[in-house]
Amino acid sequence: MWTWVLHRITGVTIFFFLFAHVIDTAMVRVSPSTYNAAVETYKNPVVGLMEVGLVGAVLFHALNGVRIILVDFWEKGPRYQRQMSYVVVGLFVVLFVPFVIRHLTVVFGG
Amino acid sequence: MATAPTLAAPRSRTSRRGNFELNSWLFMRGSGALLLVLVLGHLFVNLMLGRGIHQIDFAFVAGKWANPFWQVWDLAMLWLAMLHGCNGLRTIINDYAARPNTRFALKTLLYFGTLVVIALGTLVIFTFDPCIDPSSTLDVCRIK
Repeated sequence: MWTWVLHRITGVTIFFFLFAHVIDTAMVRVSPSTYNAAVETYKNPVVGLMEVGLVGAVLFHALNGVRIILVDFWEKGPRYQRQMSYVVVGLFVVLFVPFVIRHLTVVFGG
Repeated sequence: MATAPTLAAPRSRTSRRGNFELNSWLFMRGSGALLLVLVLGHLFVNLMLGRGIHQIDFAFVAGKWANPFWQVWDLAMLWLAMLHGCNGLRTIINDYAARPNTRFALKTLLYFGTLVVIALGTLVIFTFDPCIDPSSTLDVCRIK
């Protein structure tokens, strides 16, 4: 239930970010300085924290997505869906913690 | 002599849409598996390797898109992510928007927005000029 709710919330969040991300990347067709000014926004510490949230959303959506695929296509998937939720949480921590350390060091380290 | 009872033709219109919902369900799983590799690879190369987010500027993008490998990567990511997200939001609109007019308005907006972003992104990837900056030091720009 909660993974289902989180899957929707993270999915919508990521989808809305794609609109902003494609538009900021499109600035490479305007001029190098316009693009550089646009990506400079992403290097701001406040936006840097939002990026941590965004990557967290992507990681959860990706890992829980694998769980959904296994529930649907693996014959034992439905039986182990709860155990797979714990695996999703475990893998999420293993992947997300190093990213947070690395990214915040980069963002706040200048 | 008894005659077999006749059944009225079903009134439900479920078959009118063919296999669309089944195909969209399959698409979510297939595109999701591909996006796992494409998106996590994209995040790893751009944010974890090198100087992380500080390395991202025009020259960084030009360096990547000088290579057809990253052009194909980003194009596939753009199309799959937008269609996957569009289909996900379509499901959410169907679930929560109760009035038919609201559903129609939201879906029209969704499909229009998705189309614009896919078209814009595709155009950018195909028409990108890494040498737009005359002082570029990229290899592809010095050879000519």
